[in-house]
Amino acid sequence: MKTNDVMLKTATKVVTFIILMFAVHIFFAGHYTPGGGFIGGLLTTSAIVLLMLAFGIDTVKKILPINYVVLSAVGLLIAIATASASIVFDVPFFTHAYDYFDLPLFGETSLHSALLFDVGVYLVVVGVTMTIIQTIGEDE
Amino acid sequence: MSLVLLIFLPIIAAFFIPLLYKKLGQIHTGWFVLLLPAALFIYYSTLLPSIADGGSRISELQWIPSLDIAFIAYIDGLSLLFSLLITGIGALVVLYSIFYLDKHREQLHNFYVYLLMFMTAMLGVVQSDHLISLYLFWELTSISSFLLIGYWYTRDRSRFGALKSMMITVFGGLMMLGGFVLLGIMGGTYSIRELIAQAPELAGHDFFVWALILILLGAFTKSAQFPFYIWLPDAMEAPTPVSAYLHSATMVKAGLYLVARFTPIFAVSSTWVWLVTGIGLFTMVWASFWALKQKDLKGILAYSTVSQLGLIMSLLGASAAAFHVEDVIGTYFVYAGFAAIFHLINHAVFKGSLFMVAGIIDHETGTRDIRKLGGLMSLMPISFTIAMIGAFSMAGLPPFGGFLSKEMFLTAMVTLTDFNLFQFDTWGILFPVIAWIGSVFTFIYSFYFVFHTFAGKHKPEELPKKAHEAPIGMLLSPAFLAILVLIIFIIPNVVGDWLVKPAVAAIQPFIYSSPQEVPVNVGYWHGANTEFFMTLGIFAVGFLMFWTLRKWQKSYDLYPDGLTLNRLYDNLMFLSDAGANRFSRLYMTGFMRSYLVYMFSFVVIIVLGTFVLNDAFAIDMNNLAPVGLYEIVIMLVLVGSTLTILFSKSRLTAIIALGAVGYTVALFFVIFRAPDLALTQLVIETISVALFLLAFYYLPQISRKEERMRFRLGNAVIALGVGVTMTLVALAAHSGKAIPSISEFYKETVYTEAGGGNIVNVILVDYRGFDTLFEIAVLGIAGIGIITLIKLRLTKKEGQHENK
Repeated sequence: MKTNDVMLKTATKVVTFIILMFAVHIFFAGHYTPGGGFIGGLLTTSAIVLLMLAFGIDTVKKILPINYVVLSAVGLLIAIATASASIVFDVPFFTHAYDYFDLPLFGETSLHSALLFDVGVYLVVVGVTMTIIQTIGEDE
Repeated sequence: MSLVLLIFLPIIAAFFIPLLYKKLGQIHTGWFVLLLPAALFIYYSTLLPSIADGGSRISELQWIPSLDIAFIAYIDGLSLLFSLLITGIGALVVLYSIFYLDKHREQLHNFYVYLLMFMTAMLGVVQSDHLISLYLFWELTSISSFLLIGYWYTRDRSRFGALKSMMITVFGGLMMLGGFVLLGIMGGTYSIRELIAQAPELAGHDFFVWALILILLGAFTKSAQFPFYIWLPDAMEAPTPVSAYLHSATMVKAGLYLVARFTPIFAVSSTWVWLVTGIGLFTMVWASFWALKQKDLKGILAYSTVSQLGLIMSLLGASAAAFHVEDVIGTYFVYAGFAAIFHLINHAVFKGSLFMVAGIIDHETGTRDIRKLGGLMSLMPISFTIAMIGAFSMAGLPPFGGFLSKEMFLTAMVTLTDFNLFQFDTWGILFPVIAWIGSVFTFIYSFYFVFHTFAGKHKPEELPKKAHEAPIGMLLSPAFLAILVLIIFIIPNVVGDWLVKPAVAAIQPFIYSSPQEVPVNVGYWHGANTEFFMTLGIFAVGFLMFWTLRKWQKSYDLYPDGLTLNRLYDNLMFLSDAGANRFSRLYMTGFMRSYLVYMFSFVVIIVLGTFVLNDAFAIDMNNLAPVGLYEIVIMLVLVGSTLTILFSKSRLTAIIALGAVGYTVALFFVIFRAPDLALTQLVIETISVALFLLAFYYLPQISRKEERMRFRLGNAVIALGVGVTMTLVALAAHSGKAIPSISEFYKETVYTEAGGGNIVNVILVDYRGFDTLFEIAVLGIAGIGIITLIKLRLTKKEGQHENK
């Protein structure tokens, strides 16, 4: 018997984007207020999981054709590249740098290389949690 | 030529043996080997004149200079005598083996490689002046003799004998190493000569007795003294040339060498005198008694070897007693050292020939069982003559070398009764009595060996082969040794001056400074004194007992097999094997629960023990924050959910209670102002509860019995113990806080240095980003692990079905 889940699907369409935006917000805010790559990653995952619950794994795979194993590998690479970039500038491993830039649209903003590292963390968390959930979900 | 190099010459030659065996297989490999010991013997003989004058040779090869370890070849009277025995008898044994071992049927390359290895090891043992290199060569003798005993490795008995001798001699070797290390610590040097030079200071040291006992253990195991002699009879499974060489003339004398070499250091101690003399004499009597029970020719010889080694050992002990006598030169105490060395030479000579004769009999009749042999006198006249000379020398009959040394042995033992130190005056009378009984049995088994083999009725029907005289090549070596026995009797003083006295001067440097000072002159006739009548008594009683041997020999069978030392060894081996097995199985149950019990109990015992021993527990209530209402409420919820987990009947309840615990912890994070932690905790708890539910859903139906966790008192006690322990540790740690926290630094620099506001996140990605880097690596590994677990089910049977 096919159940009618139109309410779930409709709500999901709205809620997913709210969650995603909250995730992005909490990721970028991490350096000054609670949040960061880890929480951001987990929230993003929860958004995708919500999609999966509402539309099924196969549909989500079609709209988000991401290989999550590769995603976590990319995240790890970004993290380690950020950490080792400092060697090029003849400073110890894992030395971060930051400065203030006048960006269009944002005005004066501080940019920190720790953000790049956090991107790595974010990608790994999304990649790994999604790998786990997808693998278990597809298991017969 | 460097003396050190000469030690290694045989083992270097051993590298070429397989080549010679392969390329020149038509010629018996032994002929090539023979050249080496013969050449070495000639070279060492050229050293004789200078050594007999009291000189010495030394040569050194650095090995590990930074640890002060070197190969030092030191040749004085004692080591030269042994070197000559090793190379001389070595040459004869190789000659004998050429005719004994068939070049087509035997693996000659193995045999001669092992033999040359052994020769290097023995030369190294007797010439090394450095304790560590002495130990190295000592173990090499154990290993090469292990290989030689197990030469016919397809036979069970050979392997058993090889293993047994290995176990016992290596045990002794390791004990000896301990003694050497103690000596090295005491004296600050590993050189034996330097240790001897400072012998008086060593005697007072705390380690002295330990070093003494450990080194004696090494010497006793190697020289087959009581109770370690049991490996030697089993080592008779080796080819006869090996038995003749290793187990009569050389290896078993390594222990005697060791005792002789260390006499100058340890003789000052009465323990040494008592142990060496006592064990030696007891071994002599014990082994000569059991020799008569043996039915195997080589068995008789094995026990007789043990007995003779005991005799020499007791003489070495008596020579150490001379250290305690004032004005020793005028007394009979001077005889002991001389007799020891003299008998050592005699024994090497006659026992070598006897073993070779036993090998000939085995070779020509096909059996060594003395009950099947008999009446070979007319069939094998030359072997008989050789055996008779050897056995009569062993029994101590004139006109053979053994007579002279046996006389001196009795003299030395009688002299011990005059000794008035350490209770010798009361117990000393036992020494000559025991020595006399041992000599009587020696007399009997010597006759038993010869006459039960060669005299009596010939029993050709029981022999596997038709008995006939051995080829001349096989008889050469034993004949040569038999002639030596006679020569030693004819010119004892020449042997004494050239070989024995330099060795005695090396053993007793505290009495003599040069070999000429040794005041012993071997005479055939001492006059009608105590020893003379003792000898007559030995001959008379021995002859009578031998005459009636058949009547009382059966009484040996009455002795229960269960009480022998061999049985003890077997049981020990069985126990250490099966016992260790059973012990492991006792605690290695295979249940994770047991291992957790061990671990937790040890945590509790160690931590609480440390608290008690160091009086470390402290509690300080001053520095505590006030407890608010929220904390109390959340704590009650937490405790409630925890108890629910423990006592819930259904697993589902437990999982949900666990979730409750997780969320309350998140609440704690909130009220303790850790927003990042609270966020993460909430999400992670949700995910893990979901995963738990997943695992719960797939539980197999059969074992899904919903029942309460069984109560076990042990578990409860341990859980309580761990909880209490950790609480105490936490309280004590909180009370003893010594250094201020580092967090002030983070607070001050988070904006100025790191350009951030969220301390937690800045610590994670900047101050200590290293940890984060590897934590995300851990996450990645977990993900890959789950993929492999789920996708790669190679071992499951269903997967195989799918593939079909």
